[in-house]
Amino acid sequence: MKSLLIFLKNYKKECVLAPLFKMLEASFELIVPLVVSAIIDVGIVNRDRGYIVKMCMVMVALGLIGLICSVTAQYFAAKAAAGFGTKVRHQLFAHIQTFSFSEIDKAGTATLITRMTSDINQVQSGVNMVLRLFLRSPFIVFGAMVMAFTIDLKAALIFVVTIPLLSLVVFGVMAVSIPLYRKVQERLDKVLGITRENLTGARVIRAFHKEEEEKNRFEDGLESLTSMQTYVGKISAFLNPVTYVIINAATIVLLHTGAVQVNIGNLTQGEVVALVNYMSQILVELIKLANLIITITKAYACGNRVASILEIRSSMPVSRTAAGNDNDKEQEMSRETEKQSIPMVQFSHVGLTYQGSGAESLSDIDFSVQEGETVGIIGGTGSGKTSLVHLIPRFYDVTKGEVLICGKNVKDYPLEELRQRVGIVMQKAVLFSGTIRQNLCWGKADATEEELYQALETAQAKEVVEGKEGKLEANVEQGGKNFSGGQRQRLTIARALVRKPQILILDDSASALDYATDARLRKAIREMEGCPTVFIVSQRTSSIQHADKIIVLDDGEIAGIGTHDNLLENCQVYREIYQSQYKKEA
Amino acid sequence: MKKENKVKQAQTLKKVLTYIKSYRIFLVFSLLFAVVTVAATLYIPVLTGEVIDHILAPGQVEFAVIMGLLQRMALVIGLTALAQWLMNVCNNKITYEVVQDIRREAFAKIEILPLKFIDGHSHGELVSRVIADVDQFADGLLMGFSQLFTGVVTILGTLLFMVSINFKITLVVVLVTPVSLFVAGFIAKRTFSMFMLQSTTRGEQTALINEMIENQKVVQAFSKEEDVLEKFDEINQRLEKASLQATFFSSLTNPGTRFVNSLVYTGVALVGALFAMSAGSAFSVGQLTCFLSYANQYTKPFNEISGVVTELQNALACAGRIFALIEEEPQTAEPQNAEVLANVKGNVSSEHVYFSYSPEKKLIEDFSLQVKPGQRVAIVGPTGCGKTTIINLLMRFYDVDSGSIQVEGADIRKVTRRSLRESYGMVLQETWLKTGTIRENLKMGKPNASDQEMIEAAKAAHAHSFIKRLPQGYDTVIGEEGGSLSAGQKQLLCIARVMLCLPPMLILDEATSSIDTRTEMKIQNAFAKMMEGRTSFIVAHRLSTIQEADIILVMKDGHILEQGNHEKLLAQGGFYAQLYNSQFAV
Repeated sequence: MKSLLIFLKNYKKECVLAPLFKMLEASFELIVPLVVSAIIDVGIVNRDRGYIVKMCMVMVALGLIGLICSVTAQYFAAKAAAGFGTKVRHQLFAHIQTFSFSEIDKAGTATLITRMTSDINQVQSGVNMVLRLFLRSPFIVFGAMVMAFTIDLKAALIFVVTIPLLSLVVFGVMAVSIPLYRKVQERLDKVLGITRENLTGARVIRAFHKEEEEKNRFEDGLESLTSMQTYVGKISAFLNPVTYVIINAATIVLLHTGAVQVNIGNLTQGEVVALVNYMSQILVELIKLANLIITITKAYACGNRVASILEIRSSMPVSRTAAGNDNDKEQEMSRETEKQSIPMVQFSHVGLTYQGSGAESLSDIDFSVQEGETVGIIGGTGSGKTSLVHLIPRFYDVTKGEVLICGKNVKDYPLEELRQRVGIVMQKAVLFSGTIRQNLCWGKADATEEELYQALETAQAKEVVEGKEGKLEANVEQGGKNFSGGQRQRLTIARALVRKPQILILDDSASALDYATDARLRKAIREMEGCPTVFIVSQRTSSIQHADKIIVLDDGEIAGIGTHDNLLENCQVYREIYQSQYKKEA
Repeated sequence: MKKENKVKQAQTLKKVLTYIKSYRIFLVFSLLFAVVTVAATLYIPVLTGEVIDHILAPGQVEFAVIMGLLQRMALVIGLTALAQWLMNVCNNKITYEVVQDIRREAFAKIEILPLKFIDGHSHGELVSRVIADVDQFADGLLMGFSQLFTGVVTILGTLLFMVSINFKITLVVVLVTPVSLFVAGFIAKRTFSMFMLQSTTRGEQTALINEMIENQKVVQAFSKEEDVLEKFDEINQRLEKASLQATFFSSLTNPGTRFVNSLVYTGVALVGALFAMSAGSAFSVGQLTCFLSYANQYTKPFNEISGVVTELQNALACAGRIFALIEEEPQTAEPQNAEVLANVKGNVSSEHVYFSYSPEKKLIEDFSLQVKPGQRVAIVGPTGCGKTTIINLLMRFYDVDSGSIQVEGADIRKVTRRSLRESYGMVLQETWLKTGTIRENLKMGKPNASDQEMIEAAKAAHAHSFIKRLPQGYDTVIGEEGGSLSAGQKQLLCIARVMLCLPPMLILDEATSSIDTRTEMKIQNAFAKMMEGRTSFIVAHRLSTIQEADIILVMKDGHILEQGNHEKLLAQGGFYAQLYNSQFAV
């Protein structure tokens, strides 16, 4: 939380002025009982009409000044809070953008989204409330006590006893109930979980006729929630009556002491009235303070969560744009001259261990690919296919060996340039809300109509666009919900093709396509101008059997490299995979 | 339109009352205690005033009277506290019980809603009706109601007490108070549009955050970080402005009404003091203090009421949404004399079945099929061709529009859902597991299975070896939707789940799409064993499965195009032949 406070740095003035004006307002409020007491003791006793009117004018003036102070304070508080929230939001979003895949995996997207939205909102309103109230309420409570001292020492001692007692009750109830409320929340979450599960799993639950059982499970959750709520409710139900008793008991004692003091001439009637008024002011403020503390604890917890995200450092600290330009040109030249000898992509004894996992996900991967070649990658689930291709655009850094593109280590490329060369289509076909055109232009911001259609045609997605009203301008809903899985896949392939990448990676991205479309797609890609180097990750042998080179992965290691025919002959794993899919033909 | 709304609100309110009905005793007590609390609270200032009137000046203090009064005060305080506590307890009871009742009913409805409804609604939205809406409803309606009630009683009570003491000063209070309402109303109206702007801007931002963070990997693959940040900042700037305005203007309510209250206070002080000083007046200093404290109390409920009214309306809207769910038409009830399917051998037939999800788009037309025990039916076609429709009909997740589906000669609408579904073992493409241990999930279809049987099934599904390696083996708790398990592992569990109960008929939907090919091969064997002698429906992608099938249903765009065995369909030279050939065409 502390680390977030630096975002208030531009609002130092507001942060000082807001509480200051609030205190001013509070002090004017504290004077009011004194004025009333003066009206009684001087005005009424002396029957001085002029004095009474004058004092009432003073009260109006106090109210007016209080209003102005308060409005000023609210403005500064709101300004500081809104500015603070905006800065934190910007910083956090920008920070998340720098995360490499490792950090995103670690933090989890759902968490990141909550941090960005509701957590920051809580912190923002917490800041606002603190600036407005945190000084005001204690100030009034202690101010009232101090004022009591100025009136009468003995009466003031009653305040000295009452305030800690009240605080004890108010904060005691809070201390007990806050953790209990957390438990209520946990149980509510459970009820929520069961509800969601019964919606997503409706088919399975009904297939196994578990409706009654689920109802019982829900009932259990519900009852444990209600019993916890009732329990907490019972405790909080004490708060109001008990504070009421304390404050009024104190008033009784105060009246009695006042009576004695007046009798011996130490106090006046008006002063007793003022003391009673101070007593009632305390209660209101203490309750406000209690509510404020709840807001603050929440905001503080949220703040800590936000700060913990900001503390995550990207494991890929290379600047995204800084380019080793000279070096690069050299490379360009050398590439021209040594086109044949330098492989397009080379893995040299690469090992990869994901953060927080003990074993290597890829070990000793060693191969090279020439420009224009098509490479098939096949292997079981968890054999490391995706991990392997993710190393090419440097989504993860290798933990052993190196990955070279055109003979140059991927770590030596500026990230942006590296990723410009690589077009990757991921397993999960994601489209963004907007139009089809906007989505395709992610690949190349200034792509022409012709380029777009060319890419669509290659990706077998032309019919998708043509089937939509508005063609390229057709609306894409969030997540591409208004397209089928296969349509989304083809559009994401088109998106990657628009930039005419040197290296194209299709990570199991034809899984939702039928064999015929898949085959046409592969053919079209092979005939693309510029002859990109293509990596096809697939579970189906049919998708890769015609590749120039097939890499067979098994449990993170290369089980075989070669063409379809010689793998069939030499590679046990490949043969098994192939046979499982073509049992009859084999 | 407005009138319609009113009628709707009235209806909702009526329904709410039926829920409260069973707790009406608590409601009556709650109202009773509220009246007692308010009356007693209002009586205290009167007593305080009287005490003060007996503390005039040195030597003029009547201790005997004061002691009597103080004792009475103590009594009243005790009574108030008790009544307040009891009121809280009653309110809690009503709120929590009603919430529990409503949630229970909503959940019970979810269990019997037609799949059509569940498929057609966002699950998140339905969950939020059961969780958030119910909470909001409880807070707003029940708490709001009790607040409104005490507020009104306080206002009336205060008026009564004030009038009984002094009519003219009461007039001052009554005349000035509306100003406070006016101020609050004015600010609320102005801030409403600002809050709307804030929340729409916030919504816009949240949508962007959701989309981008969820798909951060794609953003990075296309190096779009800066563009995205720019877009984010633009919204962020607008949000800052909107947030500052909304926060600031809404925070004016407090100082504004506080100022008006201070005017009321001053008015009472002025008029009261003038009365008290005039000779022979019956108005005493004590009564003045009493009035001053009323002036504070009287205005407070007014400020609260305006807030409570909006909250009440909001709560009614929430209640409306929940009731809409609770009153949703359930799936067609089973006929009284519904048969229990027994001795299922695997005869399935359909006669002239017509079905579509919506009347505008015809899907299945005049579909007839005869399946004999032990036969395999493969459902084939491109993705999105509506293969799951067949499963929906077979399992009776949806009812046919006309025609009939029969199992063992009995129309499935005339047998119990339970016995129908028990006859099928289902493995869907979307693997769904419930929160709980692996053991609970596996035994879902056969709760009384022994551990030995369970382990046998897990072994047959090749799930045993990975389960064994989990930290708690079969007792490992898996989170919602399978939590940390990989897609392949989840699928293995789903298969084991069916393996354990082995019903006479099987439905397999691309069951092995996320399992690596080698494991898949082993599972194929297990499957083959499982399917032996069992009628099975398989949504098939694998050629071998298709070729072995006795009947192949070829589907496209939701229609059944062709039906027959492999040789017959190939000879037909239709869509199937086209699909088949494409696989080897490249």
